[in-house]
Amino acid sequence: MHPILGHLRQLSLYLLAWFPLAAILFYILKTGGGLSWLQSFAMVPTLCLVYAFMCLSAWYSCRGTPLASSTFYRLALTHLSGALVISGIWVALAKGWATALANIDAFRGLDQKFVPDYPLLFACGVMIYLLAVALHYVLLSVEFSREMEKREIQARVLARDSELKALKAQVNPHFLFNSLNSISALTSIDAGRAREMCILLADFLRKTLGLGEKTVIPLREELELVRSFLSVEKVRFGVRLTVEESVAPGALECSVPPLLLQPLVENAVAHGISNLTEGGWIRVGVSCDGNKKAVGRNLQTDDLRIEVENNFDPDMPRRRGHGVGLANVRQRLATRYGDRARFEVRAEGDRFRVSIVLPAERAETAA
Amino acid sequence: MNEASRKLTAVIVDDEELARAVIREMLRAHPEIDVLGECANGFEAVKMVSERKPDLLFLDIQMPKLDGFEVLELIGSDIAVIFVTAYDQHALRAFEVHAVDYLLKPVAADRFEAALDRARQRLGAPVAPPVAELAAAAREPGHHAERIVVKDGTRVHIIPVAKLDYVEAEDDYVALASQGKKHLKQQTISSVEAMLDPKTFLRIHRSCIVNLERVAKVEPYGKDSHVAILSDGVRLPVSRAGYARLRTILDGQTS
Repeated sequence: MHPILGHLRQLSLYLLAWFPLAAILFYILKTGGGLSWLQSFAMVPTLCLVYAFMCLSAWYSCRGTPLASSTFYRLALTHLSGALVISGIWVALAKGWATALANIDAFRGLDQKFVPDYPLLFACGVMIYLLAVALHYVLLSVEFSREMEKREIQARVLARDSELKALKAQVNPHFLFNSLNSISALTSIDAGRAREMCILLADFLRKTLGLGEKTVIPLREELELVRSFLSVEKVRFGVRLTVEESVAPGALECSVPPLLLQPLVENAVAHGISNLTEGGWIRVGVSCDGNKKAVGRNLQTDDLRIEVENNFDPDMPRRRGHGVGLANVRQRLATRYGDRARFEVRAEGDRFRVSIVLPAERAETAA
Repeated sequence: MNEASRKLTAVIVDDEELARAVIREMLRAHPEIDVLGECANGFEAVKMVSERKPDLLFLDIQMPKLDGFEVLELIGSDIAVIFVTAYDQHALRAFEVHAVDYLLKPVAADRFEAALDRARQRLGAPVAPPVAELAAAAREPGHHAERIVVKDGTRVHIIPVAKLDYVEAEDDYVALASQGKKHLKQQTISSVEAMLDPKTFLRIHRSCIVNLERVAKVEPYGKDSHVAILSDGVRLPVSRAGYARLRTILDGQTS
């Protein structure tokens, strides 16, 4: 769509810019062309208005010969011939207009008087058309960079989506193979528990795969996923793994991005519990506190606070791969909530804590 | 004597009870293999191996305290090690340290038998590679040690690299100086040098590596050698080549 013709605001700005041009043309015709005040007044506004719209046609030739990919000769040839043709038409129209005006008593003889001004008018027309060409190239490049920006944002959104999809599809291989090994061990020790473990594992895998295309899920579902994960890990680690959970009932229906908590808990197991001979603990806490300022405006701006804390062996060197899960959660929060979410990681002594604060969005307010 | 019927002793190391149970159960089909014991972490493993001297070690890699590779670094080289792990990211490293085999969990019976066969062959004709050297060399390029493990009798010391002041060669051993104490380890000084980050540690002499952060000053000593004085007053010899290396690094820092 034409960038000027298509938008009323741009069009009025463009026509406003014609006022000085009209003044110059007026001056030229009045002094150089020998027209009277009245005659100039009758000619110039009409001519300028017509030519303003004629010059907009430069858009099409500019788009057809992009600056970056056209040779100088092609550019010169296209726009000069464009200028000659458009300006020629304009002069012909001016002649028509002068002839028409000459029928009125006040302008008798105007067509005759105007004849010597044709070359002057033609030269002005060429110059103005070339100016219009320059203007359109500027507009084209602005439009191009805007388009690029939009495409870049789209690409970023797509990349994030596919990353999340990959995350959903991905089950940590350590977790999977160690669980299968536990099942393999249990088959001869305790067939009943082996079956139970199979069901727990299937349950976790089904929940993970079931996240599918969802962009948000109720916290309740995320917590079920976490519990399901931990019940598998409890078979592996036995008494070495203790889990404490304290969740405010009001928080359960809050919407959160899927796989917000589970990677944090998985991290706690991999870098905390699995390095502790005597075992360790994981505490999951969720609370929801109201933001008093907003009550008056009846806005739903409670804070949802999530904490995952575990103990670890500070003497153990950091394994590689540590922090990938955390970084992923942090990044997803940042892209989804921007400044409205906080993500904090703290290691103090033998305690490792991840705290997340995000706006509490409830399903019914979101719907 | 028939190799297959030779009596062998074995130790199982894994932090997960169920994972040990699988190996135990598979070994039950082999009365010629005597399981001496099981360990749930690296410390226990090093202790039990030096006390009981098994022929065969089933070793998990990711464990509390010491990982499988660190255990291997601390135990003698006359043991056939079979790594048992959940994921194959360490396979290459395992073969570089001359592990007999590398089993993936869940362990299949025929793979287990194949590993035992390889172990018997290895024990029949021991090649005895210097394990500590290999374990140190098996580090991925660009990835330096964060700590050094040293065995002292049946005890294990863990020295974080940041607390290591200097390393000196003493005959077949290296002395690792950290917080006023010296720990002896059977390893060459060159392989210690290869483990350490060259940004922090510099070989200043044929028999000496220093932590650059500890160097207080360098003074001339004799005709064309120097001596490095550490912040706690320890004096270390600096060779001509070592002084040149030291100058390059110190000049690089000031410019």
